Amino acid sequence: MEIRRQGDCLEISELDPFLAELLRQIPDSTRTEGAEAAQQRLFSLPAQTSEREICAEWKVYVEPELRRLFQTATETVATDLQQLNGSTKPFANCTLRIPTQNAEAWLNALNQARLVIAAKYNFSDVDLCDHYRSPIGSRRDLGLFQVNFYGFLQEFILHELNL
Amino acid sequence: MHSSFESAVENPVIEQETRAAEELDLPWQVIVHNDPVNLMSYVTMVFQKVFGFPREKAEKHMLEVHEQGRSIVWSGMRERAELYVQQLHGYLLLATLERTN
Repeated sequence: MEIRRQGDCLEISELDPFLAELLRQIPDSTRTEGAEAAQQRLFSLPAQTSEREICAEWKVYVEPELRRLFQTATETVATDLQQLNGSTKPFANCTLRIPTQNAEAWLNALNQARLVIAAKYNFSDVDLCDHYRSPIGSRRDLGLFQVNFYGFLQEFILHELNL
Repeated sequence: MHSSFESAVENPVIEQETRAAEELDLPWQVIVHNDPVNLMSYVTMVFQKVFGFPREKAEKHMLEVHEQGRSIVWSGMRERAELYVQQLHGYLLLATLERTN
């Protein structure tokens, strides 16, 4: 895999089928349905529960806005990812171009995905710092790999755009 | 004969009253809490964008969050504190507002 800035795009080329599939999974990975811990993490309270008025207003007015914001970011990423569906050869390497104007949406969606996966598998600090775990032997190991891969992409986007 | 400017300068009561009023109006803090998933570079970027911090100040607060578990990133009136917390949640940071003791 190669990753670089090309004009108004961030280009990820030589994507092998495995990494391309991980990218395709970003939108689905942001889903919190059936995962209470993930739901609580993405929509955490803005104050201690003793601040009832603030927490109640937040649920009514702010949380729906946050849901819309996260949904918009995920939809932008899903649209960009459609490029990966055009390959005529099923196991060929492919290229993804992310317009720089979508970079913030990508940062947001990648962060949603990382937080949801980490909450679902209850990753600890130790798990998250174990970058050399190998091989991938379970769905949990794959989740950790996803979190680290998406984090790498975030680092690249931040570095390239100097956000 | 004193000008109005000189009178204002010589009269410290107004400033003290203003300061006291501001203190009454400033009982809230925006606090960012540690989260092992969010990248340090990402948290720094968010502080720069939301608060307009220069990079050094953003990194200082980010390290405070990372090492001490939390950092008070802003204090002021409730309405603005709520807005900042909303923005920080939009970036998926763990942030709360609390009354200043």
